[in-house]
Amino acid sequence: MRFVAGCDVGSLTTKAVIMEDGRIRASAIIKSRPIPADSASAVIEDVLRAAALKLDKIAFTVGTGYGRDKMPFADKAVSEIQCHARAARWFVPGARTVIDIGGQDAKEILMDPDGSILQFVTNDKCAAGTGRFLEVMAKVLGVSLTELGAMSRRARAPVVLASTCTVWAQADVIQYIHSGKDPADIGAGIDSAMAKRVATLAGSVKPAPEICLTGGVAKNQGVAMVLERLLGMKVAPFRKADPQLAGAIGAALLAREAVSGSRQAGI
Amino acid sequence: MFYGGCDVGSRTAKAVIINEDKIASSALLDTGSSPEVVAGNVMDTALSEAGICMEDLSRIVGTGYGRRRIPFAHAMESEISCHGLAAWWSNPSARAVIDIGGQDAKAIRLSPDGGVIRYMYNDKCASGTGRFLEIMAEALGLPLSALEETGDKAVKRCVLSSQCVIFAETEVISLLNAGRSIPDVVAGLHFALAGRVAALARGIGVEAPVVMTGGVAKNKGVFKALSETLGLELVSMSGVDPQLAGALGAVLKAREYANRC
Repeated sequence: MRFVAGCDVGSLTTKAVIMEDGRIRASAIIKSRPIPADSASAVIEDVLRAAALKLDKIAFTVGTGYGRDKMPFADKAVSEIQCHARAARWFVPGARTVIDIGGQDAKEILMDPDGSILQFVTNDKCAAGTGRFLEVMAKVLGVSLTELGAMSRRARAPVVLASTCTVWAQADVIQYIHSGKDPADIGAGIDSAMAKRVATLAGSVKPAPEICLTGGVAKNQGVAMVLERLLGMKVAPFRKADPQLAGAIGAALLAREAVSGSRQAGI
Repeated sequence: MFYGGCDVGSRTAKAVIINEDKIASSALLDTGSSPEVVAGNVMDTALSEAGICMEDLSRIVGTGYGRRRIPFAHAMESEISCHGLAAWWSNPSARAVIDIGGQDAKAIRLSPDGGVIRYMYNDKCASGTGRFLEIMAEALGLPLSALEETGDKAVKRCVLSSQCVIFAETEVISLLNAGRSIPDVVAGLHFALAGRVAALARGIGVEAPVVMTGGVAKNKGVFKALSETLGLELVSMSGVDPQLAGALGAVLKAREYANRC
């Protein structure tokens, strides 16, 4: 039984990965459904199909995310904090800090040099500084999230959004559109506002290098760039997998440890 | 002697004219894109209702977020002191004011003579302002003016867990999808708004009686929810539209200045 699985039911998307010896065999991302158990079942079906495996070939499955207690097939439920911390060490072996920006929340986790969690802070009260902020703004600008992420690079004079609140910032963006500002400059201003809000987490938990950025927003280069500048620290580039899968990857790595009874170095 | 007060707010502009100690006329218009233009229009409307012209006003005071852009005002006053003075004028026993406007909310503690002791202000977060109700009404497909009546029909009020307007919007949709009735949701929204504003008021330790001002004060659902949440007696402004409080405070300041000179 070499295969383990991790499933992360998030507020907006549900993710699953199947791993084999610390490597990803298959992954799947779907839009979350109203009932968490439905999302979990659907994504597991997808990932099994992608891996060409049957559920009985999976030695152990760990569930995480806000629907983690409602997964019929999971052997164990683990908090997102633990999963993201574990995944960060897989992405970046020397990572001490994880900043995870999800669809409706953001977290910062500080680890000791061995990867044990020291402190963490979460924002799930205010949409500013979460993926939701970018979604609202992309809609106002009439671009996709991917397009928004690419706009910062083309910007020449990024605008400044005066408001933190998503509702007020939306009005700021509309005003910039009406005044004829270059959309790329507005997009860069949005990324910058987003990063500033996320950086306030660092006020409660002081980050240590290296920083690993996880969650869907990690794919937005503009946000990552401004965050680096604000925190005065490099954000490690991710190479091994899609950072949006981090929760599910961490879950699968913890599933593997549950089977083997220990953590394996370098994985 | 006539005096004028003009309050250019984020959503609406208001003007009040008094003749000595009686309100002669008032007007209210949507702010639109130009504070200068709406200030002129709202004051002209009030003037023609009173049957007088601008020159008849011995003094005009401006307030509100657009107060620097009222061309005809002789002086400016902060919204805080205007709301305080208006509340005290209408209810001399008032010890505090809670003002919920279109884009902000304030809690003010008053001294026995209507002076401001302490205040707290929120214009950073849309939840806890009139904008919250506007967005929710839109999400529910109801006109803003229908919220009070709708909330009145609630059987079992919903409890909203989101503080953020953006998250509450999603929560409202899920509540409806889960089979909760619109009146139950609306009553829940009134309490959600009240909860945010009550936190502001508790921050400065308001004491009863509390006068509620601003456009949202006209929604009795919010009024009752705020009174219940704070556990304090809330009173309406007697004989005045609470949305006019800022402009009323401004005109009272205008009279005060004139009497001092």
